[in-house]
Amino acid sequence: MELTGSQIIMEVLKEEGVDTVFGIIGGAAIDIFDELAKTEITHIMTRHEQGAVHAADGYARAKKGVGVCLVTSGPGATNTVTGLASAYMDSIPLIVLTAQVPTHLIGNDAFQEVDIVGITRPCTKHNYLVRRVEDLARTLKEAFYVARSGRPGPVLVDIPKDISQGKTDYKPTKISSLKSYNPTYKPNRKQLKLALDLIQKASKPVIMAGGGVILSGASDELITFARRLKIPVTGTLMGLGAFPGTDKLWLGMLGMHGTYQANMAIGSCDLLIGIGVRFDDRVTGKIDTFAPHAKIIHIDIDPTSIRKNIPVTVPIVGDCRLALDELNRLMDEDHISPGARDTNAWFEQIEQWRRAFPLAYEQGDTLKPQYVVEKLYELTKGEAIITTEVGQNQIWAAQYYPFDRPNTFITSGGLGCMGFGFPAAIGAQRAYPDKLVVDIAGDGSIQMNIQELATAVHYNLPVKVVILNNRYLGMVRQWQELFYEKRYASTDLEQGPDFVQLAKAYGALGLKATKPEEVELVLQTALSTPRPVIIDFWVDREECVYPMVPAGSPITEMLLV
Amino acid sequence: MNEEKHTISLLVDNQPGVLSRIAGLFSGRGFNIESLCVAETMDPLTSGITLTTSGNHMIIEQLTKQLNKLVNVIKVYDLTGTNFVEREMALVKVRANPEHRAEILRLVDIFRCKVVDVSSTHYIIEVTGNQEKLGAFLNLLKPMGIKEISRTGSIALSRNRK
Repeated sequence: MELTGSQIIMEVLKEEGVDTVFGIIGGAAIDIFDELAKTEITHIMTRHEQGAVHAADGYARAKKGVGVCLVTSGPGATNTVTGLASAYMDSIPLIVLTAQVPTHLIGNDAFQEVDIVGITRPCTKHNYLVRRVEDLARTLKEAFYVARSGRPGPVLVDIPKDISQGKTDYKPTKISSLKSYNPTYKPNRKQLKLALDLIQKASKPVIMAGGGVILSGASDELITFARRLKIPVTGTLMGLGAFPGTDKLWLGMLGMHGTYQANMAIGSCDLLIGIGVRFDDRVTGKIDTFAPHAKIIHIDIDPTSIRKNIPVTVPIVGDCRLALDELNRLMDEDHISPGARDTNAWFEQIEQWRRAFPLAYEQGDTLKPQYVVEKLYELTKGEAIITTEVGQNQIWAAQYYPFDRPNTFITSGGLGCMGFGFPAAIGAQRAYPDKLVVDIAGDGSIQMNIQELATAVHYNLPVKVVILNNRYLGMVRQWQELFYEKRYASTDLEQGPDFVQLAKAYGALGLKATKPEEVELVLQTALSTPRPVIIDFWVDREECVYPMVPAGSPITEMLLV
Repeated sequence: MNEEKHTISLLVDNQPGVLSRIAGLFSGRGFNIESLCVAETMDPLTSGITLTTSGNHMIIEQLTKQLNKLVNVIKVYDLTGTNFVEREMALVKVRANPEHRAEILRLVDIFRCKVVDVSSTHYIIEVTGNQEKLGAFLNLLKPMGIKEISRTGSIALSRNRK
């Protein structure tokens, strides 16, 4: 069957089960969009390409699938870079299709030409420039395969205009392996046995769960594993939801803004089991004081994550779900039960820490951002999909909204990309039209992709945006307060727009609350409105996120409330 | 931890951009390439790369893992510490004054090099060997006046691997 390049793209998208493409048209992409409009696939036209990539990212995380973007050449392509970098850091499978000038113009500095493959090499898992229409189908299939297999990540395919217009024979193909790319899924059984030996000998063990648990769908296996062995669990920001946030074994998040008990447990444990984590600096603090008394078991599908930052006693390369499943099975075979170990003293110690410094804030007459998040949790019964921007809003969301299920907390963890949460919420809402999706935002971050309000209204994706408005770039202001003698250079946002009027201008609903007693009613109104709503909460301007570990300090040395 | 020179041999897809991915990985992660040689293998779809770099064992471990992770990299062998043959080649244009001509030719003979070009003023000498041999040879030539050098990076082959 002879098809054009654009038709081949649609065939592959259909084969891969794509139902939504986020993106913006442009000169080099007209043929592809022309063909897209003839299919059943929904095109969500964002108002900026960065919004398109974040939306695809939010879609991918909520749905546990691959997000797809389609943009034009030149500026359309360069606008995807931040979104790609964020997805790459957080291992989110995306396909970003960029149109390119015709092959005979490549390298000529043609209108709207950039070397996007060159630009995105370090911020994609892999990327391709398609030079012959005959290679298009295979390249696209390979791109999907690479994006979703192993440690997932974004893959970019650059498609020149003459390739999308050119014709060739098309036959559906399948790709199940590549010569030069073979991720290790199955963990080594010997290593697992070594791990179990260590676990049985440990009297103060801790599990540290990360984004890899969510990506591999290992939550059930993790719950079985932790409960059976009675091991307390902490999580990274990316790991929130991997283990139920309301479970008795849950310690809360660890790291720079981790709970007291989580960080202290890391400081005292004799065995740390890292699962799907990469020991990022925000988690470890001062590296040589991290888990100083612990033997470390590290399970990750990416060998480069292991021993990159910290020495490991038992490295296990493999899929988190398969590894945990196999560990659970080995315990069955060997009749291992927690009774063999005496961990009572350990749990008593943890309870003491928990009671000594629980997460807390001082509720006075002013509206506290933490209170807004707590109320949101209460009113949504913890069942919303929460996205966040980056900064204080992100950490308060992580601290005060316990997540019981994976894929319900969506945040730009590694890149820390302001402007992520709102488009990501739009993507998540598109993935689950009937679920409640809330973006917990700051007044700074929300302005970085506020134009997507038009997208939310256009497609009636009824996302709720909770702005914790302190008229500051709050997290940096906090650093300035604590470490720069309160010199608030370039963080004051008092000039900020009237968000209620702004919402109205875009055709959304805008609400505002300035006092604690207004919060519940305003939230109820917002949550029961079946269209996009912005809620502007004027919170205490100088509230800080606590606990806080100053950058470069041991994580057991926390500034507390 | 001790810095050690490592010779790493790679088998990669013979495609545009692959070298740039490898070079980008080194620069992006703060590793250093000391020498680099690339050429097609017997299979025109793959290329062989020999590169040398230095670092402690943690850095070399991370580096080889990162190279392995690149989709276009088929195999990574760290040859250091294994049984392997390593060669470099240099072309050396050396001033050939009448009083030095005989001495230069003697050195060429001792180091088993080849004179590949002769003029009234200079010789061009082809020398191959490991880094130490090339270094020693060049040191001995230096007093005669080296006008120009063109030198390859290391190429290497494992003696055990098939």
